[in-house]
Amino acid sequence: MSKPKVAFYWCASCGGCEEAVVDLAEDILGVVEAVDIVLWPVAMDFKKHDVEAMPDKSIVATLLNGAIRTSEQEEMAHMLRRKSQYMIAYGACAASGGIPGLANQFSLQELLKFVYEDGPSNANAAKTYPQTAHDDGGRRLTLPRLHEVVRTLDQVVDVDYYLPGCPPTPKLTAAAVGALLSGNLPPKGSVLAPDIALCDECPRKASKPTDLGFAEFQRPHQKLMDPEKCFLAQGVVCMGPATRGGCEALCVNGHMPCSGCFGGTSRVKDQGAKILSSLAANLVAKEEKAIAAVLAGIPDPVGTFYRYGLPASLLRKKVPGGE
Amino acid sequence: MSDKTWEPRIVGFFCNWCTYTAADLAGVSRIKYASNVRIIRLMCSGRVDPQFVLDSFARGADGVLIGGCHPGDCHYVEGNYKCLRRHELLQRMLGDMGIEPERLRLEWISAAEGDKVKAVINDMVEKLKKLGPLDLPGRFREWDGELAEGAHADAGTAVPVPVKEAADV
Amino acid sequence: MRQSPNEPVRVGFYACHCGTNIASMVDVERVAKYTATLPNVVVSRTYKYMCSDPGQELIQQDIRENQLNRVVVAACSPLLHERTFRNATAKAGISPYFFQMVNVREHGAWVHTDREEVTRKAIALVRAAVMRVAFHKPLEVKKVPIHPATLVVGGGIAGIHAALTLAEGGQKVYLVEREPTIGGHMAKFDKTFPTLDCAACILTPKMSTVRANPNITLWSYSEVAKVEGFVGSYKVTVRRKPRYIVEDLCTGCGECIEACVYRLPTFPDEFNLGLGKRKPVFLPFAQAVPPIVMLDDQTCRHFTHPNGCKQPCVKACGDRKAIDLAMKEELVEITVGSVIVATGFQIFDAKRLPYYGYGIYPNVYNALEVERLVNSSGPTGGEIVMRNGKTPKSVGIIHCIGSRDENTHRWCSRVCCLYSLKLAHLLKERTGAEVYNFYIDMRTPGKSMEEFYNRIAEEGMHLVRGKVADVYPDPSDGDSGRLILQAEDTLLGRVLKFPVDMVVLSVGLEPNADAQDVRRMLNMSCGDEGFYLERHPKLAPVSTFTDGIFLAGCCQGPKDIPDTVAQAGAAAAEAYSLICRGHIELEPNTAYIREDDCSGCKSCIPLCPYTAIAYVEDKKKAVINEALCKGCGTCVASCPSGSIVQNMFEDEEIFSEIEGVLANE
Repeated sequence: MSKPKVAFYWCASCGGCEEAVVDLAEDILGVVEAVDIVLWPVAMDFKKHDVEAMPDKSIVATLLNGAIRTSEQEEMAHMLRRKSQYMIAYGACAASGGIPGLANQFSLQELLKFVYEDGPSNANAAKTYPQTAHDDGGRRLTLPRLHEVVRTLDQVVDVDYYLPGCPPTPKLTAAAVGALLSGNLPPKGSVLAPDIALCDECPRKASKPTDLGFAEFQRPHQKLMDPEKCFLAQGVVCMGPATRGGCEALCVNGHMPCSGCFGGTSRVKDQGAKILSSLAANLVAKEEKAIAAVLAGIPDPVGTFYRYGLPASLLRKKVPGGE
Repeated sequence: MSDKTWEPRIVGFFCNWCTYTAADLAGVSRIKYASNVRIIRLMCSGRVDPQFVLDSFARGADGVLIGGCHPGDCHYVEGNYKCLRRHELLQRMLGDMGIEPERLRLEWISAAEGDKVKAVINDMVEKLKKLGPLDLPGRFREWDGELAEGAHADAGTAVPVPVKEAADV
Repeated sequence: MRQSPNEPVRVGFYACHCGTNIASMVDVERVAKYTATLPNVVVSRTYKYMCSDPGQELIQQDIRENQLNRVVVAACSPLLHERTFRNATAKAGISPYFFQMVNVREHGAWVHTDREEVTRKAIALVRAAVMRVAFHKPLEVKKVPIHPATLVVGGGIAGIHAALTLAEGGQKVYLVEREPTIGGHMAKFDKTFPTLDCAACILTPKMSTVRANPNITLWSYSEVAKVEGFVGSYKVTVRRKPRYIVEDLCTGCGECIEACVYRLPTFPDEFNLGLGKRKPVFLPFAQAVPPIVMLDDQTCRHFTHPNGCKQPCVKACGDRKAIDLAMKEELVEITVGSVIVATGFQIFDAKRLPYYGYGIYPNVYNALEVERLVNSSGPTGGEIVMRNGKTPKSVGIIHCIGSRDENTHRWCSRVCCLYSLKLAHLLKERTGAEVYNFYIDMRTPGKSMEEFYNRIAEEGMHLVRGKVADVYPDPSDGDSGRLILQAEDTLLGRVLKFPVDMVVLSVGLEPNADAQDVRRMLNMSCGDEGFYLERHPKLAPVSTFTDGIFLAGCCQGPKDIPDTVAQAGAAAAEAYSLICRGHIELEPNTAYIREDDCSGCKSCIPLCPYTAIAYVEDKKKAVINEALCKGCGTCVASCPSGSIVQNMFEDEEIFSEIEGVLANE
């Protein structure tokens, strides 16, 4: 019997998710033996027309990482969706928008202007901007069109499973692949990570007091942090309470607070809103000016609370023209 | 869609003991005010989850009004202080997301202040009329026009699931 | 009851005309017609008066004939008729909590002027309710039994009156008082305004009655150490401090005091505020209840001297064996259904305002000290003899010490103007001195108080409207002890200097030093000033936000004796009402934490003002005590992983309301 076909594809991403697959290390040999990889741009030489030629649903699973923000990415997402039984949103970008999702704080025009004109290290006196089409000596060259809005994978195609994380850990990846191959899959739409917040497995949990009230917030670069104490107990914002666990608290063990890459639990609609609610409520100050003074320690709530999840949030994108 | 001039739609989260009771008092006193607010009753302003505010905007609200007891008078001791703290940060974050601060309003209205209900609602409607509609669902639809094959209908929870079409509403 | 959540939802909707109240503005037929098109709606009707008997029967009939399992009524405010319709729903056999009410009268027909607008608003609100009610759960009302015993904390006039009211009605009362005798501040007063009754004369009979009443267990020289539990079943630990005298054996004969190795009273006498002296074994005051002596281990030679003491007191007591120098502190546990807090107040410490000279010049007194001087059983036998041995020929009484003052306390202490006038009268009567009262405003509210003021004013008191700015020794008078009071007479518009022999500071009332510790034990709140907070300033002045805990007297705020006694009676009545009812029903809008979902992040625990959320160490998760939870929902909104649910106000229910009010318009 032929091996099950699997595809890996990347959209608006950094390449870290490909590394995560490679990070399976020796286990990757087991994967390569068990499956037939039919598409993996970073590692193999299959082309788009190879995939186009396949019958629908002939790929068992596509693990697609990266957010969707160009017309090409949209097209590939749809094509792979048609060709696959299971579409898996792999990594924070596909699952909730990821770091590229922060682009939703700006209009496309603002982004292009910064990248191609105002950026401090630019040398683009001619103010050349990328175009979607260009005629050169009778030949037409095209580039994909950038979207105004950065989207999660499921805002473009039907997604069967989500593997969150920036990137997903080798352990969770291996478990997901194993589940796929054995057919032992949870209900459609499941996130393949524990549905409980990170504090559950955090090594610093015991050091968090039960009567914590915030009198100030500081960011990691502003203070010498105690290597064993709960970050929140030290006045440093940690997304842990609002973020799924399963990552074995990698960042915390690396002496940095959780930044929320696994996304919220299934019980919340908007991860950023929930951590905002919790942190603010636990302030000590009761009077407006005093409250504002403490909250000034969180100068960029969007960037802090929605670092990986802005496109998946309730508001999704900054309203142009407002403020 | 009717051809009337646009009227702002405001979702009101009123606490049971103070503001909701004040609105009842306004009713009993037959005080007349603008009809743009749809009141959702909660036991305490401390129950107002920022998700409710964001969901309201995402589903088409032009403004959100939160009503609670005056500081020091909360029926549950300090729920209103938690609401106040969340409000401070949420309003700033909304600003960062392009939503004007006037669209989210927190008012302390005690059970005896029927008049204040009228004053606050009328004032908020005036201000929102000047700002114009927010219409996030309309914007989402507009943005989704850039997709070649259209948006995926069941994506997350950000795109509202359309209610079964009704006759002439 | 048919309540499986997996059953398909079948909603019955009713739009009430309310005569013309609603129907004149809301097109109720159109609302019903629209609602019939909504998913899950099986029945959609209008009726003239839904709250009437036929209206309620209509609901019940429809439930039975159409197998309805949810009911929505658009009518008046739920604050008015939610209970009515819940009862109707329950009578037909489905949970009363499968009902949702829509307010289209107080929030619709009565407050808007455009029929089209109001009707559209009603439609939006109804749609929201129909969507919400699908998520309702068949909640159970919890009934908690009330234990018939009551704890009264504090044995001043408030505690005494509350205890007697309950005990004389046949109820069991524990009266716990931290001093060796009950009586509180009132026992120290000489006369009381406005009648100038002798305080002891009206108080001591009540004190004796307390002792005599078999329903009252009086624990003096005891304190409440811990309170656990909730209304109906408070488990209280009382610390009985050792007085080294066996209460049941002591007859109060006083022979031990006679026999004491200290031949003369040597130590400052607390009852007389240090103005008099006592021995280590002493009677707190002549009419103390319980009428037994007290042995102070801080001054008794047996405890303080390395060689101990010959114990002539024990010998004098002889066969009665009432002295037990080996007595230890005892912790006793009791169960009560309610608690009345009557812990009183302390007076403002005038040392905090050094420019008035208290503690600096010997002839500056606070008002309570003067009460003792004036009292015939006081340290000077009722003669006004100052610390320098002299009798004053002129007295200055300065009002508002520690009251109405931004630097100390902003509030008015309510009783000081009146007691100042009273002291002015008593001092003048005893000594014939010239008495000057320095006041900001003369505040004498209450029955017969204005008349009292007039009477005193007509006795030749000098009433100067102005604050005293400084008190200093009279430079011209050597060491006679005379003081100069410098004040602006604001009515004359002149700064004047008044030479006086004696200064009386009318100190205000403030919360006890340990009031905050005590209130935390009892789960009570306090206002900004530190006085305990009543549930509602007008409608619930003796209740607190914690069910079963009541307030009486000055611990709730400064007040005079008539109001204290009235409040004590009210608190007793509230406790009595609970006892008669026998149980209390808890509204089921409490919150609970889903154990499997909780990550133990501890974010919720500090949020609860009722300390209803606890961290369970062995599970490393948080848990909510349903009996303590009042259902505010603050923790639910905060939980960063969405693991706390509030009954009746679940996230799904609220989100569906939001969707409903905004959809499709």
